[in-house]
Amino acid sequence: MAVLRPFDKLPELNSATILLVGAEGGPQQQLAEAMLCEKKDFNINIHLASSLPLPPERDHLRPRIDLIAFVIDIKSKYSLKSVQASLAYVDVRFFLGKVCFLVTGVGRVNNCSVEMNAIWKLGEDYCSPVIFCELELEGIRVATAQRLLRMLQICAGRVPGVSALYFSLLMRNSAGD
Amino acid sequence: MAGGAGRGGAGADGTGVQMAGGRPAGSAIEMEGAMRTLPSSGRPSGTGRLSRGPLFGRNYGLSPGSRLLPPRCQEDADPQKTAFLLRKQWTLYSVSPLYKFSSADLKDYARMLGVFIAAEKQKGLAVDVDGELGVRVAMSGLPELRGSEQDPAAVLVQLSLRSSLSPKNSEEKLIWSGWFCCVAGDDLLENLPENFTCLPLFLVNGAESYTAIVGSWFQKTFDCCFRRLAISPLNLTWMAAMWTGCKVDKNTAAMELLFSVPHLPQPLDISYAIHPEDVKALWDTVQKTPGEITQEEVDVFMECLYSHFHRHFKIHLSATKLVKVSTGIASAHCDGIIKFLQSQYLIGVLMLLTELAISQIQ
Repeated sequence: MAVLRPFDKLPELNSATILLVGAEGGPQQQLAEAMLCEKKDFNINIHLASSLPLPPERDHLRPRIDLIAFVIDIKSKYSLKSVQASLAYVDVRFFLGKVCFLVTGVGRVNNCSVEMNAIWKLGEDYCSPVIFCELELEGIRVATAQRLLRMLQICAGRVPGVSALYFSLLMRNSAGD
Repeated sequence: MAGGAGRGGAGADGTGVQMAGGRPAGSAIEMEGAMRTLPSSGRPSGTGRLSRGPLFGRNYGLSPGSRLLPPRCQEDADPQKTAFLLRKQWTLYSVSPLYKFSSADLKDYARMLGVFIAAEKQKGLAVDVDGELGVRVAMSGLPELRGSEQDPAAVLVQLSLRSSLSPKNSEEKLIWSGWFCCVAGDDLLENLPENFTCLPLFLVNGAESYTAIVGSWFQKTFDCCFRRLAISPLNLTWMAAMWTGCKVDKNTAAMELLFSVPHLPQPLDISYAIHPEDVKALWDTVQKTPGEITQEEVDVFMECLYSHFHRHFKIHLSATKLVKVSTGIASAHCDGIIKFLQSQYLIGVLMLLTELAISQIQ
């Protein structure tokens, strides 16, 4: 039961949950706070984890996770490796639109330690969108929080007519061509 | 690898912690990332994926899948001519192509530059220690510093101080030197319009004030643009791998990697020194095709070094920033400072630096 499954639990009323997975010391905390400051008409729960699997002791208290965002810092190869290790603990049905990769640190061109090909390959192998941002800048952090919130709304099924799978296909087709 | 001394200055054993305070200000944040916050996933068009196409308008983080190993110059044509380039710290700049630059007119350019420097001194802008007779400018060509016949010949600019104390003219103190070069710049040379000369790499040794004056003269005269060339940690790992693979005759210095740890209240530097034979043995087991290096081989090589360090000190070096690489061939700092130590591989190192300079220009 160490693997995260998307439909194991029942959804809660009027709420959605996002899990941010990324190496410690990253900008997840600030991103979470930015998301909480946004105006929204439903409750959100934000869980932060440095790696998967999540500890099993509190599993019964955790709500159903609607969206997993893996945070990779371009300046640290360690963050890419820890994300790659965590991906093994995610059930395959999550990758039908309920996973996205957030790549931060793209503002500083001369500090990159991770090569782009590895990140493209990650997005392709796992069929999930890759979002580039610079979470150290206030404005971009707010914009990214808004995007994640919108994606979370769709993944929790709160937007009628748009499913998570449909939305992820939309994002990939518009970007790849 | 048993002899690999992990001279790490981390808190594991508490000894040898190198606390380097007062780090220089980082480079300005470039906002390319902001331009792409569209509803799409931010991936560029398909052409930019596995080739070296521009990403966000610049070759950012896209290292080539493989590079050729630098060739060792067997015939040391004239080691004396390039000997003055060795063992000095050179600061790197990238230069956009020069308009209407002719290598036949070097003497005229030197004269004009000398006049310009004298004028700047009159304005009180130049910092002069002992300048009664002024600064003499010498420009010469370095035809041996090129990759192939298509590359333009390198140009050397030297500023020397004439002192009134010495009666003979030959007693001049060299105060500043800078040289332009282009080694294997095929990418840029192909599409160059008429009247443009491509010398994308500029190396400087000397006072910053003179660099500013010479740079502004070149910018005004030839309509080019100088920019500091910083080396990303990714490219530093490439250099570490490539220079380890080079065969050296004499006993060389240990390979040293310098890491800077982020997110700490006080900056902390970790220095990791490895015996050159051990690291060469490690590289020989990693590299498959002789003469060519792939990104995977570089990754595996660095991963071995990191995991060895982690086993002893429980510190993940992959979470830190690689700041400096020193091998027996050359040493490079991420701020764009390089030191050449071996004349045999000078061309090879210049080839890599030219590639980096060209990718910064485009």
